[in-house]
Amino acid sequence: MKNYQCLKEIQADIQSGQISCKTLVLNYIEKIEENSGLNIFLEVFKDEALESAQKIDQKIKAGNAGKLAGMVISLKDNICYKGHKVSASSKIIEGFESLFSATVVERLIQEDAIIIGRTNCDEFAMGSSNENSAFGIVKNPISSNKVPGGSSGGSAASVAAGMCLASLGSDTGGSIRQPASFCGNIGLKPTYGRVSRHGLIAYASSFDQIGTFANSIEDTAALLEIMSGPDEYDSTLSQKKPNSYTDDIVQEVSSKKIAYLSCYVNHEGLNPEVKEKTLAIIENLKQKGHQVDEINFDYLEQLVPAYYVLTTAEASSNLARYDGVHFGYRSPQAFDLLSTYVKSRSEGFGKEVKRRIMLGTYVLSAGYYDAYYSKAQKIRRLIKERTQEILKDYDFVLSPTTPHPAFDIGSQNEDPIKMYLEDIFTVQANLVGLPAISLPLGITKEKLPFGIQLMGSPFEEGKLLNFSQYLININ
Amino acid sequence: MLKEEVYEKYELVVGLEIHVQLQTKSKAYSSDSAEYGSAPNTHISAISLGHPGTLPRFNENTLQYGVRLGLSCGSEITYENQFARKNYFYADLPKGYQITQDKTPLCLGGSILIKDDQGKDKRIGITRIHMEEDSGKSIHDLDPFNTLVDLNRAGVPLLEIVSEPEIRTPQEAYNYLTEVRQLVRYLEICDGNMEEGSMRCDANVSVRLKGAKEFGQRTETKNLNSIRNVFRAIEYEFKRQIEVIEAGSEIKMETMGFDAVKGTTSSMRSKELAHDYRYFPEPDLQAVYVDSDYIEKVRKDLPALPSELIKKFTSEMNLSTYDAEVLTEEKYFALYFDELTRLTKNYKAAANWMMGAVKSYLNENALTIQEFKIKPDQIAEIIQLIDEGKISNSIANQKIFPYLIEHTNDRPRAIAESNNWIQESDSNALEGFISEAIAMYPEKVEAYRAGNKNLLGLFMGEVMKRSKGKADPKLTSQLLKEKLEN
Repeated sequence: MKNYQCLKEIQADIQSGQISCKTLVLNYIEKIEENSGLNIFLEVFKDEALESAQKIDQKIKAGNAGKLAGMVISLKDNICYKGHKVSASSKIIEGFESLFSATVVERLIQEDAIIIGRTNCDEFAMGSSNENSAFGIVKNPISSNKVPGGSSGGSAASVAAGMCLASLGSDTGGSIRQPASFCGNIGLKPTYGRVSRHGLIAYASSFDQIGTFANSIEDTAALLEIMSGPDEYDSTLSQKKPNSYTDDIVQEVSSKKIAYLSCYVNHEGLNPEVKEKTLAIIENLKQKGHQVDEINFDYLEQLVPAYYVLTTAEASSNLARYDGVHFGYRSPQAFDLLSTYVKSRSEGFGKEVKRRIMLGTYVLSAGYYDAYYSKAQKIRRLIKERTQEILKDYDFVLSPTTPHPAFDIGSQNEDPIKMYLEDIFTVQANLVGLPAISLPLGITKEKLPFGIQLMGSPFEEGKLLNFSQYLININ
Repeated sequence: MLKEEVYEKYELVVGLEIHVQLQTKSKAYSSDSAEYGSAPNTHISAISLGHPGTLPRFNENTLQYGVRLGLSCGSEITYENQFARKNYFYADLPKGYQITQDKTPLCLGGSILIKDDQGKDKRIGITRIHMEEDSGKSIHDLDPFNTLVDLNRAGVPLLEIVSEPEIRTPQEAYNYLTEVRQLVRYLEICDGNMEEGSMRCDANVSVRLKGAKEFGQRTETKNLNSIRNVFRAIEYEFKRQIEVIEAGSEIKMETMGFDAVKGTTSSMRSKELAHDYRYFPEPDLQAVYVDSDYIEKVRKDLPALPSELIKKFTSEMNLSTYDAEVLTEEKYFALYFDELTRLTKNYKAAANWMMGAVKSYLNENALTIQEFKIKPDQIAEIIQLIDEGKISNSIANQKIFPYLIEHTNDRPRAIAESNNWIQESDSNALEGFISEAIAMYPEKVEAYRAGNKNLLGLFMGEVMKRSKGKADPKLTSQLLKEKLEN
C-alpha cells in the first residue's frame, strides 16, 4: 500500500477504484500487527473497523459518505468510546468500559471516520516519554531505542508508523506537541475551550485539551473543523462558532509579525542542532519579508513550577474518583472502607501518578495553599497577561517545540525534575490557553525529527494553520 | 446535674446551618432526575456515577431557586458566582469531591424574622447562602454485613443557609427552623421535609457567661432529623457544655451526633481528625453571572411571603395576629383565604370559615387545600347568605357545608332554597307565629312582664317550632320583645 500522507490522496484513490476503505483498514491492521513490538496499540478494534469500512465503502458508492470517509484514526487511551474499554493506561481502570462516547469521537464517526483502536500513553497523561504506562513503554517507530515522547506517545507513534492516518491525543502541558516533535508529525493543541473535553479522562481540567496528530495541515484542519464548537456537555467551552478551517488554508500569506522569546532560543539546555534550525527558520522568514523580533519574557523559570503546582492540584482532585468503590480496581486485600481506599489506590496507580497526587494534595492543604496554589495562580495570571501583550503586537510566537529530539528509553526516568523540564517550551500555551502547533521541520544528523512550535492568539486556529502550511512550504 | 442558678449564669449561642434540597426536576450538574423515593440507583447516569470523562452541567434552576431565597431574606446577591471543589473521600461521594461554592456564595447577609421566647419579633442574621450538590446515601442498617450505597441523591442540588450565631435559646432555634421551612415551602424550592432529609440542620452550639463578649468554643451537632430534635439537641448540648466548664474542663471543638432515643449528644470526631477539604476553584465550570435583569425577573415572580400576608391580613383586614398566623401557616391555605377575601368583605367571617369548618374538614380527611373541591366563591356565597339573614350559622355549618362537600358543583343559595333551609325573615309571617305563641301562654306573658325575662326562650322555642326552624332568630327575638313589652 502507498504510504498515504493525507485524506485527499486516499479519497482520490477510492474514487478511482485503486483502494477501498476495507483494504485500507486491512493494510493498517497488517502494519499494526507487524510492528506490535513497538507496543503502540493497547487494543485494535479490528472487526468493528472492518465492518465500518465496508459500510462506508457502500456509502461512498451511494454518494452519501461523510467528509472523513477514508480517514482511519486511532484514539489515545484516555478518550471515551461508548462500549469500548478505556484505561488511561492505568491498572486502576483496566477493563473499564465507557458508557458514552466523547463528543469528539461522536462527531468524527458522524463524518465516517473509522476508529481503529486505542493507543498507549503515559498513565493518566502524566509523562513526557510514554514510559509511565501500566502497559509498557512505547518505542519510537523512527528509532526503536528512543522514546516516542509523551504523554500521547502511542498516538504520535501510530501516525509515524503508518498504522493510521491521524490520531487524537490530549495536551495538558505539551502531551501532543512533544511526541509530535519526537515522531516527526504535526501535532495541534487547539485553544482551551475550542474542543469539547466531554469524554476525555481528566488530568488537569483547566489545562487539558483534545487535539490531533496528522501528516498534513489539511487533515489537521479538517479534523479540527469537525471536532470544534459548542457542546452542552462541556460548560467551559467557548460558544464561538468554529471556522471552516479547511477554507482558511489559502496558501497565501501576507507579511506577518513573529516573535521569538530570547530565553527560549538561548536556553542552556537547547540542543545545538535544534537551535541552529530554529535560527535558520527565523532567518528564512526575515528574508521572505516577515518581521521577526527577539522578545524578552521574564517568566521562564516560573513556567514549569507554576504548571506543576496547578496541574497536580487539579489532578489530585480529578483522580479521587478512582477509589475502588464504584468502578475500577479494588484491592483484594481491602477489608473496610479505609483499606479499600488506601490499598486500591496504592496498588492501582503507578509511581508517577502517585507522585503527582501527593504533590497536588500537598499544595492544596491548609497552611500550604497560599504558598503554592494561590501563588501559582497569580503566576499563571502574570504569564497570561505578558503573553497576551506579546500577541497583541505579534501574529505568532515561534520556538522549538522541545529542547532536543527524542532521547533514549530509560535515560531520563530516574529524575522527575529533568523529565518535567521536557515541557519547558510547551506549557506556556496551556497556562494561557492558546492554540499551538508542532511542525516537523527539523531533522538531526542522526535522522531524528524535531518540531518547531507556533503559538497563536486564542481561537485563531485558522490563521495558525494557514501560516503553518506556509512555513512547511518554505522549508 | 447542677443547680438551676448555675445554668442561669450562662448564655447559649447557636448558629444553624440548614441544607435545603431543591425541588428541581433534574440534578444540579446533570440531567438525571432529582425525584425522591425512586428505587435505589435508578437515577444515575455516567455523570452521577462520576465516571471517567464526565463533566458537570450546571442546572440553571439551582441558581433561580437560590436567588428566590436570597431575595426573600433580603440578602445581597453575588454577581460573579464561582464554584469550588470540596475534596473528601466517602463511599457515597462518587467523584471524591463535592461541587460547592467557597469564596463567592450566591447570597450574603439578610435575615429571618422570628419570635423570641417572649413572643417578640427578633431578626436572625443570615451569613451566607450558597449552592452545592448533595452526596449519595449510605445505608448502614439494611444489610447486616455491608453498607449499601444509593446514588439517586448524588448531585441533587442543595442550598446551604448559614445563620449568624444570634440564636439564644432552643425555642428560638425551633422558631427559626419553622420560619425557614415555611419560607422554602412558600417559595416552592424545597418541601421542607426533615424526616425524609430534604431539609437538614447542623447546630453550632457554644455557651458563655452572661455578659461576656467573647464566644465560647463551639461544637457542631449533626444528624438532626426533626425540628423537635434540633431543640432537644441544643438543650442537651447547652447543659452538657456548662457541666464540662463547671467541672473545670474545656470544651473541645468536636463534631457531635445526636441520639434521638436517649436525647443525648456524643462525640463523632474531634478536631484532630477534622477534614482538610482542600477547597479550590472548580475548573470544570465557568463562573455564573447574576445581573440585575436576572434578579428583577426573579423578584417579579416571587410569591407573596408569609410575613407580607400576615401584614396584609392584620392591617388591611383587621384580623388578629393569631388569626393571621394560623391562616398563613401553609401557603395555599393562605392563598385560598386571600382569594376568598376578594369575594367577600366580611373578613372575620371568612377567617372563621377557614379556621373552622374548612380546616377541620381538611384535617379530618387528611387533605391539603389544593385537594379541596369547594371553591372560594362558594364559601363567599355561604357568608353572604348568612349576612343577608337568609340562613343561620348553624344551618350553614351543619347543613349547607356538608351538603356542598357531597355536591361540590352546586351553589349554596340553590342548596338552601331547594332544601327549604332559607330562614323566615318575613315579619308578617313571623308576627303570625309570635301572636300564636303569646296566645298559648297568657300566664307566662304576665310572668315575663312581671320581670322573668328568662321566659323569652320559651316563646322563641315556640316560634321556631311553628316556623320549622326557619325563623330568623335575631328578628324573632326583637319582635317578641316588642310584643311582650307592650
